[in-house]
Amino acid sequence: MNYQLDFTPVIEGLPALLSACLGTFTLALGGMALAIVIGIGGVVLRDSHFAPARWLVKSFVELIRNTPFLVQIYFIYFALPLAGVRLDPTPTAVIALGINGGAYAIEIIRGGVQSISKGQIEAGLALGLHKAQVFRLIVLKPALRAIFPSLTSQFVLLTLTTSICSAISAYELTSVAQRIESDSFRSFEVFGTITLFYLVISWVMMRFFALISARYFSYPVK
Amino acid sequence: MGQGELLFLLAGLKWTVALSAIGFIGGGLAGLGVALLRTSGVPLLERITASYIALFQGTPLLMQLFVVYYGLALLGLRLDAWVAVAIGFTLHASAYLGEIWRGSIEAVPRGQTEAAKALSLSYVSRMKDVILPQAIRISLPATIGFLVQLIKGTSLAAIVGFTELTRAGNIVSNQIFQPLTVFALVGALYFLMCWPLSIYGAHLERRFAVSSR
Repeated sequence: MNYQLDFTPVIEGLPALLSACLGTFTLALGGMALAIVIGIGGVVLRDSHFAPARWLVKSFVELIRNTPFLVQIYFIYFALPLAGVRLDPTPTAVIALGINGGAYAIEIIRGGVQSISKGQIEAGLALGLHKAQVFRLIVLKPALRAIFPSLTSQFVLLTLTTSICSAISAYELTSVAQRIESDSFRSFEVFGTITLFYLVISWVMMRFFALISARYFSYPVK
Repeated sequence: MGQGELLFLLAGLKWTVALSAIGFIGGGLAGLGVALLRTSGVPLLERITASYIALFQGTPLLMQLFVVYYGLALLGLRLDAWVAVAIGFTLHASAYLGEIWRGSIEAVPRGQTEAAKALSLSYVSRMKDVILPQAIRISLPATIGFLVQLIKGTSLAAIVGFTELTRAGNIVSNQIFQPLTVFALVGALYFLMCWPLSIYGAHLERRFAVSSR
């Protein structure tokens, strides 16, 4: 083994890599926002009285959860232009991330809604709470508390998944790293460094979510 | 799409199955070691395995494949692409399965360990005959869930340049200019592999939930 590690290309590319982290954040935030919208909409349809809507949401969830994200993003990337929608790779990636995360969010949010028993709502009303108070204090907060751990770990996973968006050359950390790598051939140095970047990103996210959880959801239940 | 293209996709499918199997079996063996070290009660070993797990859970699978792929080459190992990728998936699976099984081992009631110790069973016997049989049962739904994740994850070998199902789909779609047909078919093949496993996992989960009530 007489290979000399050379981090010069990484150091020279550092500004580009750091601003690419913002690209990763943009993809992740966009994907999360869309996932929440799809998640809430999906739960409403999933538990509606209209059978075809229930069936459609069920199939959507199964389809997305049992196929790889890479195949999904390729499909969306090629399908959108055929549907007459011309988008850059980055918005396309946000849509793909949102659809993927949305399927998982539907299952998670649904679990949270089901965790609220009807008796609690009735008890709240019987105690003379206003309907809005019942929703905020008895439905929303406990439901959010119940889904918070799984929803946020899904968000961290979604953030790590953004690296796959490099396959359609969306602007984010991995695609910028690949560009530096193909210019310098310092593959191990480049990918090793941004692996650490991802580690820091996911660690910061987990700490952030843990702080929120400690601030808003740390009260005894029973 | 002609017969030749279809056969090419099926050849890719074969590699997807092979990579998943190697990753799952290799990762299972190594993961058992990780889980046992993680619950060994030796602080140093527990901290090392905890960091190992955190490292793999906090970074994208794609980066893990890249780093292993190029890292092995740096070490002077001249390996076929599929060997390097298989090693990457094995390491990835060992961390995730190690964490799943750690949880399952810890979910076995403490009384079982205490009873086994009171009967002066050796560590090996305690684990092999008392704890692990119960832990495996508890871990099954999550283990199957991870297998589905691993099968889907093998698609990333395509980005590293290894021709499994997804890359085969890429190549075919570039040849016949019908990306939607090709990727719908590729997606359907993954779905046929993963869906039965998902249903089985959900079934087990429901059954255990009922029996532990």
